[in-house]
Formats: sequence, structure tokens, C-alpha cells
Amino acid sequence: MEKAIDTCEQSGVAKEMFEKLDMFINSFEIDTNGTRRKGDLIRILHRAQQIFGYLPEEVQIHVARKLNVHHSEVSGVISFYNYFTTEPRGKHNISVCMGTACFVKGADKILEEFEKELGIKAGQVTEDMEFSINIVRCIGACGLAPVVTIGEKVFGRLKPGGDVKKILDQYRSEVAE
Amino acid sequence: MKLEKIESFDALKERFEAVRHLLGSRVEGGDPNKQYEREVLVCGGTGCVSSDSFKIIENLRLEIDACGLSTKVQVLKTGCFGFCEKGPIVLIQPDNVFYVQVTPDDAADIVRQHLVGNGRVVRLLYEEPLLKKKIEKSRDIPFYKKQIRIALRNCGVINPENILEYIAADGFQALGKCLKELTGPQVIDFMKKSGLRGRGGGGFPTGLKWEAAARFASEEKFIICNADEGDPGAFMDRSILEGDPCSVLEAMTIAGYAIGASVGYVYIRAEYPLAIQRLEIAIEQARQIGMLGKNIMNSGFDFDIELKFGAGAFVCGEETALIQSIEGCRGEPTTKPPFPAESGLWKVPTCVNNVETLANIPAIFTRGLDWFTSIGTDKSKGTKVFALAGKINNVGLVEVPMGTTLREIIYDIGGGIRGGREFKAVQTGGPSGGCITKENLDTPITYENLTAIGSMMGSGGMIVMDDSDCMVNISKFYLEFTLEESCGKCTPCRIGNKRLHEMLTAITEGKADKDIMQRLSALGETIKKTSLCGLGQSSPNPVLSTMKFFKDEYLEHIIDHKCRAGVCKNLMQYVIISDKCVGCTACARNCPQNCISGKVKQPHVIDQTKCIKCGICYQKCKFGAIEIR
Repeated sequence: MEKAIDTCEQSGVAKEMFEKLDMFINSFEIDTNGTRRKGDLIRILHRAQQIFGYLPEEVQIHVARKLNVHHSEVSGVISFYNYFTTEPRGKHNISVCMGTACFVKGADKILEEFEKELGIKAGQVTEDMEFSINIVRCIGACGLAPVVTIGEKVFGRLKPGGDVKKILDQYRSEVAE
Repeated sequence: MKLEKIESFDALKERFEAVRHLLGSRVEGGDPNKQYEREVLVCGGTGCVSSDSFKIIENLRLEIDACGLSTKVQVLKTGCFGFCEKGPIVLIQPDNVFYVQVTPDDAADIVRQHLVGNGRVVRLLYEEPLLKKKIEKSRDIPFYKKQIRIALRNCGVINPENILEYIAADGFQALGKCLKELTGPQVIDFMKKSGLRGRGGGGFPTGLKWEAAARFASEEKFIICNADEGDPGAFMDRSILEGDPCSVLEAMTIAGYAIGASVGYVYIRAEYPLAIQRLEIAIEQARQIGMLGKNIMNSGFDFDIELKFGAGAFVCGEETALIQSIEGCRGEPTTKPPFPAESGLWKVPTCVNNVETLANIPAIFTRGLDWFTSIGTDKSKGTKVFALAGKINNVGLVEVPMGTTLREIIYDIGGGIRGGREFKAVQTGGPSGGCITKENLDTPITYENLTAIGSMMGSGGMIVMDDSDCMVNISKFYLEFTLEESCGKCTPCRIGNKRLHEMLTAITEGKADKDIMQRLSALGETIKKTSLCGLGQSSPNPVLSTMKFFKDEYLEHIIDHKCRAGVCKNLMQYVIISDKCVGCTACARNCPQNCISGKVKQPHVIDQTKCIKCGICYQKCKFGAIEIR
């Protein structure tokens, strides 16, 4: 474990990221001996995922130490919640909504098309790390079903046979440029 | 914006008089002292924002400036109007003219033709689909006619990022009245008399919940607002938080006063970034004007609210799991008793209320018991917000009095089934609920009635299905959801649902044996009786309810290996009708399996043993010669 942290800390970028995270954690002024020290754990993990893009073991151990809890407790929380990922995601993360409203309007076919186009399954990343696909449960934009989000952008009322390719081409041309 | 602190209830009343003009032309009657001649309200809910409504606002402002109208017309971003189907929506007041499906490019026409020329942009008006008649005013649109808006009263009316507009809409009057004129027990008594019941699913009387938490003496207590709207297809809580966040804060403060808590938490899904942002703004502004913090309106009562974030776990909508999550643990439910009212967050008395429930509360205090109890039915008072989605013409949020029938909601408000297809069922209550069929369309919607017909009120998601939906597949979909969301703590839910799912998969693949239905219902009933929390206790409902109402469809799958909706791939066959096939070879050329054979200009044949049912031939055929059987 120690070794993993060392390798991570070697790179300056990682160091900067850890500093950012520490600043955030310190702002809570957590009593590391108090019974309520885990109260802000989920909020901290959200921030950590925002900074690092995912939650690798090094980050988990780091957070655990800062809060004076076991690594297993942190990792248990991460594995429980869908929002957290321990694998890096693509530069463009495609979230296909599989809520009921989207499902009855053919979201499964949209997902299939993304998988086919990119040659990966939901939960995977393309080799060039450009795209990843994941499934989300209802983002509450049922009026636009079926809905897909890529990063912050929402694409609604998608139809199978064309729309998916059109959207991906937009992002691909960005990559080519 | 600098906001001045309001020191007392009387000061609040003065402030109300001073800011009334802000809502000017937007409320019934209007204010003669209004600042602007006209106001242009643009929907700032998630749906419309993703259809570029911010760009519409920007363009409208540019045009208005260009036409020199900026002192006379104000453009405002509001919360959700509810009519998501026709978004983005632009409403012009006081004319009450309702424009639908507006694009950023339409801004010029709206400004020049309507605001300058006093005409109407006819092409953007709502068109009644049956009579093809344009309707100008929002109040005349059938979608709005049968609605009564209590929880959504301010959504689409006020600017959710300006607390002064909330004050102008009677905001904090209820809190002021409670703090000054009522004691904690009196507040609880009032709530009990109102008959308000939890809108998050269970339907437990809110007053009783408060009373229970008030009864336990403790130095510390908590109020939690459950904004973990996980039921797929329900988005009313999100809309309320985006459109009227202050009403929720006010109600939490009242609840805090009633039970003796001084801290409140809003537990909100991380999937709702816009709602989080609006809540953060509202909390900050409420602190500035002294509606949160120490000694609120000089009453000696302290209360503050903090946000806590979920991280994508459906089970956290269950109150004990939610409490675990706030404590920074895995969101696994705990056994009740002890109930949270006795030992909740950090082991102190805690009261958990849902967003929609809370949003009702200030209105009940300001408008009175007689008014509220006159709406709804005997045991289900007030209104309920439903999220209409699926195969319906008017997708959106509707708020109707309890006791309204499904037929009214689907046909009068919802505009009927999309594409003129046939109504098959409505799913209510999400993964915990069941189906309602044609036979029960005229049942008045109340907590009791929905339970009696095998479904439940739930949080108010209403997914409408037509004859192209396969009911076996739908219940399989819900079980997939439960499987993924089951926390794994108790065996019946963790393993039982897995077995249920396997059986359903076998049915959709045509591999089930004949007595599978008995086993499905026996296992389903066992899971219901033996699971630890609400998630497991209700997870077999979609299966049990569809088996009851659509037995024929199940039997067709099991015995005849047929899916009448043409959804279950393994039971389908793509067949070329030789009479219609002209031998264009389009299907054969596009078949990824190369399993279509035939000579040019002669009918082709699909080799069923190799076909993977991808449906490409069906899409490619221009002559309708391929049939799904």
C-alpha cells in the first residue's frame, strides 16, 4: 500500500490533486476522534472523484487516513454507491438513462447502438480513453425520453438508427481536430 | 444582491407589502404598482434547460434591448411549468399567452410581433391535437384545466433564485405565524387536523410523524428532507426544488419548531445538479434575511439547514437507509423499531419528510384548514403531483386533487395515448408498485384505492404503456432495477429477487416450464413477507400485479412461445412474405449473419437457424415485405 502512494506522489500533478483534496477535507474541521467523523465522507468522495476522475486505492487510503477510519470502511462506501467508480472513465462519459420512461421509449436500443458504435459495453472505456458508457437510473428529464448525457450536455428524444452516430461524430471530429 | 435581515413577524409583513410589486402581473388580480408592463417567463427546469432555454432568455434580452423595451419588459427564469412535452415554454404576462416548443431563434418574433406589435406569434401557440385549434391562454389549455396546484403553486410563477419573490408569494408567512402565535404542540395539532399524508410513498400522516418525534425528549433532534427521488420516472421533487426551493426550507423550519429540532438536512441526489444549485442559493439567501439561523424573527428559535448528498442508491429513499447514508455509511436499512422518531440520525429523535409533503405545508398554514380539507377525499386530503411519462401525448408534471380518476389524468390532462395506439396499462409506484389496467381507469385515485387494486401511490411516477409494450418484459425491467439496487443485507431480497429475475428471463426466452407461474407467485409472496425493508417487501409487486392482470400474456410466452407486443427477441421470427418481396436484395446485403438468401428479383428467404434477430432487414426493407411473428 505504501508503495502505491509513493508512486502516485511522484508525479507533480497527483501531488497538486492531493493538495486540493486536503484543502477541501480540512475545511470541514473534522474531529478525527469523534463518533461523527464519517459524516462528511460521501461529500469528500464526491469531491475526490471530481478532482481525480475516479477513486483509485491511493485516494481511498488517503481519505481513510484523514478521517481516521479503516480503508475498508471507505472502500465499502464506494462499492455501495453507483455514482462512485474505481476505474477511470473516458474523456467523454456517455450516460444512458435507463429509467422507466426512457426504457419504454426504447433506451435499450439506444444503448445497444452506442455499444456497437464504440465497440465497448456499458461500464467500459474505449482504448484511446476518449469514450466510456455507463447506465444511469432516471435523471428526471422524462419529458425528453429517451435521454443520454455526455458530460454536462443532455441529448433528448433520441431515435434509433442515426441519432447515436450523429452525436458520436460530433465528438469524434473534436478529437480529430 | 444584498438582503436585509427581517427581525420580526411584523417586519416580514412590512417586507411583503414592499416586495409585492415584484410579482406584479404574474398573480391573479395583479398589482397596480407593478414595475414592468410585461413579463416574459421562461422555463428554467431541467428539461427545458437541456433544450436551450437559457439561450432563449439571452436572445430575448438582446432583442428587448435592441427594441428599447428594457425598462418596460422583464425576462425571467422560473421553475418548471410542468408541460415538459411542449418545452421549452415561454409565458407572457399579464397577457397569459403561452408559447410552446420555442427555440432561441424564435426570440426575435416573440419580441417584435408580440411585445412591440401587440400581436401573437401564432405558430408558437399550443395546438389542440384533436380539433387542430390554436389555444392562446395557458388557463384554457386542457393540460392545465383540471389541475389544482398546491405543492407546485410557485413553480413557473416565481424566480427561484430570488427569495424576495418567494416573500411576495406569501413566503414565510406560515413560519411567522407558527413562531409568533402557536406553540409546538399546537403546530402538530394543526397538522394532524389537516389530514396531510406523506407524499413520498407510504402515506403516513405527517402530523402523527411529527408528534412521535416531539414526544421523545432529547437535547438534539433532526429534521431531514428526503430529496432522494430514486423512483425512475418520477421527477416532481426535482421540479419543486428547482422551482420553489424556499417553500421546502420554510416547511422544514416549521417542522423543526414543532418537534424541537434546531438542525435540518436535505438529503439530495447527486444526479440533480440544478436542484442542488438552487437549494444552495435559497439557503444562503434565507440565512441573509434571517429565516434560517439564530433567533428567527426574534422568536428565540434557532434553526439551520445543510445539504447532504446521495451517490446513486435507490434504497437510500428508505428512511433508515437514508440515515445510514448521512452518517457516511453504506445505505443499508436497519430494523424498525426503533423508529427514527425515537432513535434516528446519530441515535437521536429524527423526523424524515418528503419534498412534496413539505412543499404543501406553508400553503396549508396560510390558507387554512377549511380550504385544504375541502380538497380531495375523506381519507386522502389535498392534491398529489404525478409525473406522466411513457406513451402519452402530454408528458409532464400534473397536480390533481386526490380522488381524480386515472381516465381524467390520462385522457383529459394527458391528451391520450401517443400515436393513437391502444391504452394497455399504467404503472404507478415505480419498482415497488403495480399496474393499473383499463378496467380500473375510473377508480378515484386515493392511497387506499390504489393499494386495493394491487398498486400503490408511491412517489407519483405514472408510466403509461400501450399495446407495443410487453408486460413480462416490463416486470423483468423492474426486477433488474431491484436486483441492482438491493443492498444485499437480507437474504430474501438479495437471493429471492435474483431467482425471480431468472424465472422471468426464462419466460422471455421461451425456456420456461408450465408450472413457472405458481413458483413465481409463491416466491414473490415469500419475498414480500420476509424482507427487511420497503424495497424488498415491495420488489415482487410489478411481477405479481402483471401476472394477475395479464395472465394471458404470460401464458402466451410460456406455452405458445409468443410475445404479442413483439418485444421479446427470442420469441420473435423475422419472416419474408414472398408476395411482397421484389427481390431488391437490400436485406441480404445488410444482413450481418449472411443468412438471407435468394436471387435478384426473386423472393428471398431468412434462415431462422442462423438469424440473430437484429432487425436490420426489417428496417432496410422498403416494401414492407418483412414481418415479425
